[in-house]
Amino acid sequence: MRVLFLILGLISASIAVANETVVSELSQDGVSITANFNGSEIFIFGAIKRDSPVNPSAGNLDIIIEVSGPPVAVLVRKKARRFGIWVNTDSVTVERAPSFYTIAATGALENLVSNSERSLRNLGLEYAVRVADEKDEAFRQAVIRIHQNGGTYARETTPVTLTEETLFTTKVALPSNIVEGDYTAKIMLVRDRRVISTSRSIITVRKAGLEQWIYELAHEKPLIYGLLSLAVALLAGWGASEIFRLIRK
Amino acid sequence: MQIYLPIAEVSVNIFLLVGLGGLVGILSGMFGVGGGFLMTPLLFFIGIPPAVAVATEANQIVASSFSGVLAHVKKKTVDFKMGTVLLFGGLLGAAIGVQVFKYLKEIGQVDLLVMLSYVVFLGVIGSLMFIESLGAIRRSKKPGPPRKIKRHTWVHGLPLKMRFRTSNLYISAIPPFIVGALVGVLAAIMGVGGGFIMVPAMIYVLGMPTKVVIGTSLFQIIFVTAFTTLMHATQNYTVDAMLALLLLIGGVVGAQIGTRIGVKMKAEQLRILLAIMVLGVCLKLGLDLVLTPTEFFSIARGGH
Repeated sequence: MRVLFLILGLISASIAVANETVVSELSQDGVSITANFNGSEIFIFGAIKRDSPVNPSAGNLDIIIEVSGPPVAVLVRKKARRFGIWVNTDSVTVERAPSFYTIAATGALENLVSNSERSLRNLGLEYAVRVADEKDEAFRQAVIRIHQNGGTYARETTPVTLTEETLFTTKVALPSNIVEGDYTAKIMLVRDRRVISTSRSIITVRKAGLEQWIYELAHEKPLIYGLLSLAVALLAGWGASEIFRLIRK
Repeated sequence: MQIYLPIAEVSVNIFLLVGLGGLVGILSGMFGVGGGFLMTPLLFFIGIPPAVAVATEANQIVASSFSGVLAHVKKKTVDFKMGTVLLFGGLLGAAIGVQVFKYLKEIGQVDLLVMLSYVVFLGVIGSLMFIESLGAIRRSKKPGPPRKIKRHTWVHGLPLKMRFRTSNLYISAIPPFIVGALVGVLAAIMGVGGGFIMVPAMIYVLGMPTKVVIGTSLFQIIFVTAFTTLMHATQNYTVDAMLALLLLIGGVVGAQIGTRIGVKMKAEQLRILLAIMVLGVCLKLGLDLVLTPTEFFSIARGGH
C-alpha cells in the first residue's frame, strides 16, 4: 500500500513538471520595410498551461524569449596598417552570426539556465555567435561589437513581466536597420535551470511596396532596371532644363 | 523624415539627401563642374556604402550633364566628332574600370581603391588649381600680357589624323581616344563624370578652343556615365534609384541657383574657393586612411 502511494506520488509530481507548457502569441508576425520604415516594436505575450497545480517543492519558474534573425555565416575583415595606411588584410568567416539578436527574460540569463543548456540552444550572444576556430575569437567579438554598436544586437536583456507564474508579457524593439529574413521568436519556459517547454513563432521581415519593387527589379532584371534608371535621369535632366528655360522667359 | 534606401539598405534623412544634392548643385553651377567628385565622398561621409555611392552617382551625373548639354547644343558649342572619338575611348575605359571595380569588390579592397583614387586625384587637382588661381590673382593685380596657350604640341605629330571642324583642329585620333579611355576608367572607379580631368586635358593636351570644351566634355560624359550606370547595375547591383532621384531633385535646383551666384563672382576667387574645397575633402579622406580607426573589423555583406 505504501509503495502504491509512493508510486502515485511520483507520477503526480512528474506530471506536474512535465505538463507545464507555454502558449504564446505575437502582436504581429510580419514586418514590412517600406520607404519610411523607422523600426518596429513587437509585443509578445502568453500563458503557462497546466493540468494540475504546481508542486510547492518545484524550483523557480522563469521565461526566456529569444528573438533572432536568420543564423547566417558572415565574412569579417580586419584592417592593418600597410605602408602607412589602413588596409583590409585578414578575413575570417564567422559561421553563425544572426543578423539580429535580442533576449527578453525574467532575470539575468546566466542565473536562469545552465551553461550546457545555453550552449545546446545557442542561447545568449556568447553562444548565438560562433566561430569554427577558437583562434578567431577576436573576429567573433568584433561581430558582436559591431552589431551592438549598430543596434542590431541588444546590449541588455529586456525585462519580461510574469504574473502569478501564469501570464507573461514583453515588448521587443526591432531597429530601423534590420535586414530581410525570417526571424524566429522562441519562448522558453524554464524550471530549475532547465528549459521544459518551448514555443516558436516566425516573424517575416520583408521589404514592401516601392522598396521591394526596386530591390527585386535591380536583382532580377538588372538590365531593365539600369535602363529605367537612365530613363529617369534623362527625363529629369531634360525636365530641369525646360523648366528653368520657361522661368527665364 | 527618414527614408529607407532599397539598394544601399540604410535609412537616411530625406532632407539631408535633397540638401546635399542642392549644395553640390550650387557648387557645380558656380564652378561649372559636374560635382561628382564632391558628391561621392559626401555620400561616403553620411554612411552610404562606397560601392553604392559610386554607381548611383554615375546615374545622377547622366541627368545633370544631359541638362547641361542641351544648353550647349543650342549654342552650337559641342564638337560631336571629337566627342564621339573621346566617347569610344571612354566606353573602353569604363568597361575596364567596372571590371577592376568588380574584382576588388570581391577581394574586399574596393573601398580602399575608391578612397585612394580620391585622395590622389583631389590632392593633385586641388593643389594645381590653388597654385594656378593664386598666380592668377597676383597677375590680375599687376597687369601684363595674357598667357598664350600653345596650339602646336607633340600631339600633332601622331598618325591617324582627323579633321575636327567645330574645334578647328586637324590632329590624330589617338590622343583623344586615350584621354577618353583614362577618364572612362576614372568614371567607373570613382563615380565621377571626369570633367575636372577631361577639361584641362582637352585644352592643354588636345589644344581645343575653350568655348567648345565644356559642351563636348558634357556630351561624352553622358554616354560614358550612362554606360557605367548600366554596367554597375548589371554586374554589381549597386545603383540605388531612390537615392539618385532624391539627389537629382536637390541637384537640378541647386545648379540653377549656383549659376546665378557664379555670375556675380570673379573667376579667380571662384577657382580658389573650389580649390580649397577640393583640398578639404581630400584631407578628410586622407586622414581616414591614415589615422588609426576606432574599429579594425568590418562585416562584409553576403559572406556566405
